[in-house]
Amino acid sequence: MSRYYSDYLDQLESEAIHIMREVAGQFERPALLFSGGKDSITLVYLALKAFRPGPFPFPLVHIDTGHNFPEALQFRDELAQRIGERLIVRQVADTIQRQHLTEPKGKFASRNALQTYTLLETIEEFEFDCCIGGARRDEEKARAKERVFSVRNEFGEWDPKSQRPELWSTYNGKIQKGENVRVFPISNWTELDVWNYIRRENIPLPSIYFSHEREVLVHEDQLIAVSDFIQLEPTDVIETRKVRYRTVGDMTCTAAVESQASTLDEVVNEIIATRISERGETRIDDRVTEAAMEDRKKNGYF
Amino acid sequence: MDLLRFITAGSVDDGKSTLIGRLLYDSKSILADQLEAIERQTKNKANGDIDLALLTDGLRAEREQGITIDVAYKYFSTPRRKFIIADAPGHIQYTRNMVTGASNSELIIILIDARQGVVEQTRRHSIIASLLRIPHVVVAINKMDLAGYSADVYNNIVIDYAQIAEKLGLKDVTYIPISALDGDNIVEASGNMPWYQGRPLLEHLEQIEVSQDVNHDLGRFPVQYVIRPQTEALHDYRGYAGKIVSGVYRRGDKVTVLPAGIESTISRIEHNLQDVEEAWAPQSVVLHLADDVDVSRGNLIVPSQQLPQVSNEVTVLMCWMDSKPLLTGNKYQLQLNSTRVRAVVKEIAYKIDVNTLDNTAFDGSVKLNEVVKAVIRTATPLAYDSYAALRANGGAILIDETSNVTVGACMIQ
Repeated sequence: MSRYYSDYLDQLESEAIHIMREVAGQFERPALLFSGGKDSITLVYLALKAFRPGPFPFPLVHIDTGHNFPEALQFRDELAQRIGERLIVRQVADTIQRQHLTEPKGKFASRNALQTYTLLETIEEFEFDCCIGGARRDEEKARAKERVFSVRNEFGEWDPKSQRPELWSTYNGKIQKGENVRVFPISNWTELDVWNYIRRENIPLPSIYFSHEREVLVHEDQLIAVSDFIQLEPTDVIETRKVRYRTVGDMTCTAAVESQASTLDEVVNEIIATRISERGETRIDDRVTEAAMEDRKKNGYF
Repeated sequence: MDLLRFITAGSVDDGKSTLIGRLLYDSKSILADQLEAIERQTKNKANGDIDLALLTDGLRAEREQGITIDVAYKYFSTPRRKFIIADAPGHIQYTRNMVTGASNSELIIILIDARQGVVEQTRRHSIIASLLRIPHVVVAINKMDLAGYSADVYNNIVIDYAQIAEKLGLKDVTYIPISALDGDNIVEASGNMPWYQGRPLLEHLEQIEVSQDVNHDLGRFPVQYVIRPQTEALHDYRGYAGKIVSGVYRRGDKVTVLPAGIESTISRIEHNLQDVEEAWAPQSVVLHLADDVDVSRGNLIVPSQQLPQVSNEVTVLMCWMDSKPLLTGNKYQLQLNSTRVRAVVKEIAYKIDVNTLDNTAFDGSVKLNEVVKAVIRTATPLAYDSYAALRANGGAILIDETSNVTVGACMIQ
């Protein structure tokens, strides 16, 4: 082995840091979209490596649906405070009120799609020209086609058929006023890469990523946390199970998995052994159609 | 565990999607729910097999039309290596997408249908591989099941292809007879072709030596961002943040900042927030210089003993990527790593036919997917290497100043 060896996590880490620094070098008003989930926590950790001892060249921005896990929100606030970076939170509820939006109905009514409105409002409010996000290409088939620097028009729309060619590691972030670029530094990471990196670097995560007892609604084959945001019916089966979360989105559209894993090593071993994909197992909102994600992205979703 | 990025190029019916599906399937990278989704969609259920090609088509238009439009990135790992596949369309109208996928690849799998042998597409893909300097080539001779698993068929194709490889100067070429549909010579050696003594495809991908593909001889460090905390405690801190794209940097090295040509010494190197004595490609680091010199984004810091070319005129091989034609005399911006300079395409020497590699006369305009040899003049000097010698500092993009779109891929000569 060469003395100048870099393993795959070293290479992915360096690529992500390089992408973040390109954002810092190419944009006037970037932002980092931060939810308190593992992927965006990894982004914050990479930003520390990219910019310390200087300040971040962007604020952390959270589009809060109001349906988030309290553990994730608390973690979000504590992390922002610990690293001394600015956190901007905008509420989907406020957009619903202001723009007279209609809330989706149904048992697991999710504000996931409405997030896009608040995101676009926030982009306009702060005149962000770039939003860094934690999306990965292994998550979903439409994402597999998206560039690292993904240009959106003034409506936030993604046009998959006219993406800019993206060559070598040369990123073109030139845009017109009103346009916006979504940048995905961990595009080339898989779910397992993220977990392996979190384990290697010992990155702290919200407690819900580890096994805990929780009251869940057993719906078809999914376990959904009992919360004020879902409507229970008398026939619903409620049980207390040992669960953890593989992804952390809204309480209404994220399912838990049964798990005894209470350490990072144990979580990684479970991820290696799993036979079901991250989105398939945990996201209720992607089950609707084959092209659900493509449609959301075309409409401005990140 | 290390990392290998490779590209597969192909068009409808040559089995590319099936091959990728096979690699993902046999390396157990397809999970149960993804498999179920494919099973639901599989149109041809007559033989009971699932259609592995459905794994790779990501956009609705692609599924509807049964074609691949753009590059899709796919991931799988074995205990030895993580793989990133750039799955690119192979038809001539998507040459720019293939060039895009090829630019980051260390290996290309060129698929040949055993029944057809070397065809126009094989030549075109090989020419793109040589233009983009992909270091390793695998010629996968597919559909051997439909050619009676014949050693003669295989040997004749190897002889034909070797001529192309020689003409193009492709050095590391490996031939593997496969059936992507049935899995012959993908993971396991095929019992149907005992005459083939080489490794199956996946084993080859796992074992091929790629650590030499990163250059550790010539130091190239494009500055991306200057870190200046400007706090009381760190009043004098001034760090140059960037990625070492090639070579090795050591504390105490004499360096030159280009294009200005200012000399200084590396006084400190930080990697992952720790001080280190040396750092190497492809690490992202922070360099500090001993002297208070003017360094900003777009500058290149190089060891003073290893200077690149510095000029405001470069000759390039360029793939045109825009639907609007290239016009000589138009203003563009040329971006090489973190440097962006105004540029004008001064002269077009000739066009290169990507199907034959023949030169043809320039006829006034350059259209989408055409490759030309051109001279580009820049407003400020560019510090570059020839793409053939150093891929990491010789590939540049051309940006239309009015639309902001990336319109050209330039391999500097």
